[in-house]
Amino acid sequence: MPDAPKSPALTRPDGWSIVQRNRPAMISLIFLVAVVLIAFTAPFFLPEALKSTSGGAFLPPLSKGAEAAVTHFCGTDKNGQDLFYRLLTGAQVSLGVGIVGAIISLIIGTLYGMISGYCGGRVDALMMRAVDMLYAVPRILFIMIFIAAFDSVFKDWLDALRLWAQDCQWLWLEGAARYLIPYSKILVMILSLGLVEWLTMARIIRGQVLVLRELTFVMASRAMGQGGWAILTKHLLPNLSTIILTYLTLTIPAVILDESFLSFLGLGIEDPAASWGSLLKDGAQVINPIESKWWLLAFPAALMSLSLLALNFLGDGLRDAFDPKSVD
Amino acid sequence: MLNFLLRRLLSSLIVLFFAVSLTFLLTRLLPGGPFDREKGGSEKVEQALLEKYQLNGTLWQQYTSYLHDLARLDLRVSTKYRDWTVAEILAQKMPSSLKLGGIAFVIASTLGVVLGCLAAMRKDTPVDWAAMVGAIVAISIPSFITGPFLVAVFALWLRWLPVGGWGGVTHLILPALCLSAPYVAYVARLMRNSLLDVLKSDFLRTAKAKGLAAPQALVRHALKVAILPVVTYLGPLAAHLLTGSMIVESVFNISGAGSVFVNAIQNRDAFLLCGAVVIYCSLLIVFNFIVDLLYSVLDKRIRLYA
Repeated sequence: MPDAPKSPALTRPDGWSIVQRNRPAMISLIFLVAVVLIAFTAPFFLPEALKSTSGGAFLPPLSKGAEAAVTHFCGTDKNGQDLFYRLLTGAQVSLGVGIVGAIISLIIGTLYGMISGYCGGRVDALMMRAVDMLYAVPRILFIMIFIAAFDSVFKDWLDALRLWAQDCQWLWLEGAARYLIPYSKILVMILSLGLVEWLTMARIIRGQVLVLRELTFVMASRAMGQGGWAILTKHLLPNLSTIILTYLTLTIPAVILDESFLSFLGLGIEDPAASWGSLLKDGAQVINPIESKWWLLAFPAALMSLSLLALNFLGDGLRDAFDPKSVD
Repeated sequence: MLNFLLRRLLSSLIVLFFAVSLTFLLTRLLPGGPFDREKGGSEKVEQALLEKYQLNGTLWQQYTSYLHDLARLDLRVSTKYRDWTVAEILAQKMPSSLKLGGIAFVIASTLGVVLGCLAAMRKDTPVDWAAMVGAIVAISIPSFITGPFLVAVFALWLRWLPVGGWGGVTHLILPALCLSAPYVAYVARLMRNSLLDVLKSDFLRTAKAKGLAAPQALVRHALKVAILPVVTYLGPLAAHLLTGSMIVESVFNISGAGSVFVNAIQNRDAFLLCGAVVIYCSLLIVFNFIVDLLYSVLDKRIRLYA
């Protein structure tokens, strides 16, 4: 190893330098940063004419718009909306749901796993049996039940807010609530997926805590009278942070896949909002062998596949670098 | 052995009980009931229907009366498809899913193990890299992208295989490939990592020192131990594949069990949903049990206790 660390105390290079030498992982990281930046900034620079529906439905890629003098790089869909713009807003929703959903599941899973692992004994056994039980019920069941439960609640809240604002003559608030009602599904998806995806995380964190809590520094802090919660947050959490980060990057693609799966079935994100899954659903609906509208399927599929691929490469790279069991 | 069987039966029944209870209670607690979209839906009609399907009274009464029927293996009548019992619906939907899932399971387990072994034996060569990059690709791309893609290439463009439907062997190839692809990848990765771990262990070094040639050592010694984590994974996988995939079945126009879960929740059909959960959990329990038995066969050190 030519670039081994100088310090003799270090027997293996630290994780970050392993990641940096992992070329697929670094390329993936750059790609993901680029996708996120473009998805969240580029829509501000696009001409307004691209963002609304127009008369030119099903225009192929690189064609001129029907009414305004704009070019549709990726073509248009059945409502004459520019596919490139839809892809970017879809990326915002898909990545947003993936990241926030994964963070929610991470918080639940980490708390659950840390408490289970640290308490040990009966509490641990009970908590892990509960996880086993939840594994036995198909995940899609919980997701759909959460969606059904939250969906009406959120819409009712927003509707109540709208009516209340109407009574108070607060037009801007009424407008905001009216605008947000079709988008409430996004919030519903984030919560539902976040509340379901934490099981694997809880198991992994618990396993790590079981190892960590036997180490002498934990015993020392316990001997000095530190409470359980302080030990968990001050001593165990920093030691878990790289594992948490690693499994975060692996949970994000899982949540994105779940979201796109549901949206593809028409149970998730709905118009006027878009996600990669709902775009693919729209594309699959108009596909037929006679008149191929390939761009409606090809572009969303390519962007989604590449993003998921990059997330998985990055997650694998991080796991190889930081998971003690996968280091050789 | 008898002790193990009894304990395992008891814990399986507990898991099944909790899973069904959770499903039933959650479905009944959801907003909206099974008879909301009834024509001319007056209160009286709905009340009469609820009574007919034994969904009247408090939630606790509904739950206990359902458990009572379930204990006698009566899955009741679907609230959506009124002329059909849940058992009949499942009996009609399950066979095609079982067949497709079974084929996908065989592909996933055999191809996955073979690819994983190859990658591990040729670690850090192009074979290994190709297998592992292919695995990430297969895991990342969802079946509703690979499905239409396979149809476009092999059915519409090359015209080798039918677009969809159910019938001969040719109808099975594309859906089985599409269904098994990500799991081939999972199994291959698991197999590779596990085999690499075992290849580093002391007992294999001893075997090599005693003069066993490498491939022989691999087959005789390493694989027997290295396959254990793969076997653990295959148990739940079998249950998952055999209960059908909604996406694959809808892409290839197959009438299977994959859509039962989703449709039953949408229709608030608690009995059909619980019936499907019973089937899924039973499969899970059976396959986990087989996994435990295989464990003790593969590794003599493992004793069976629940």
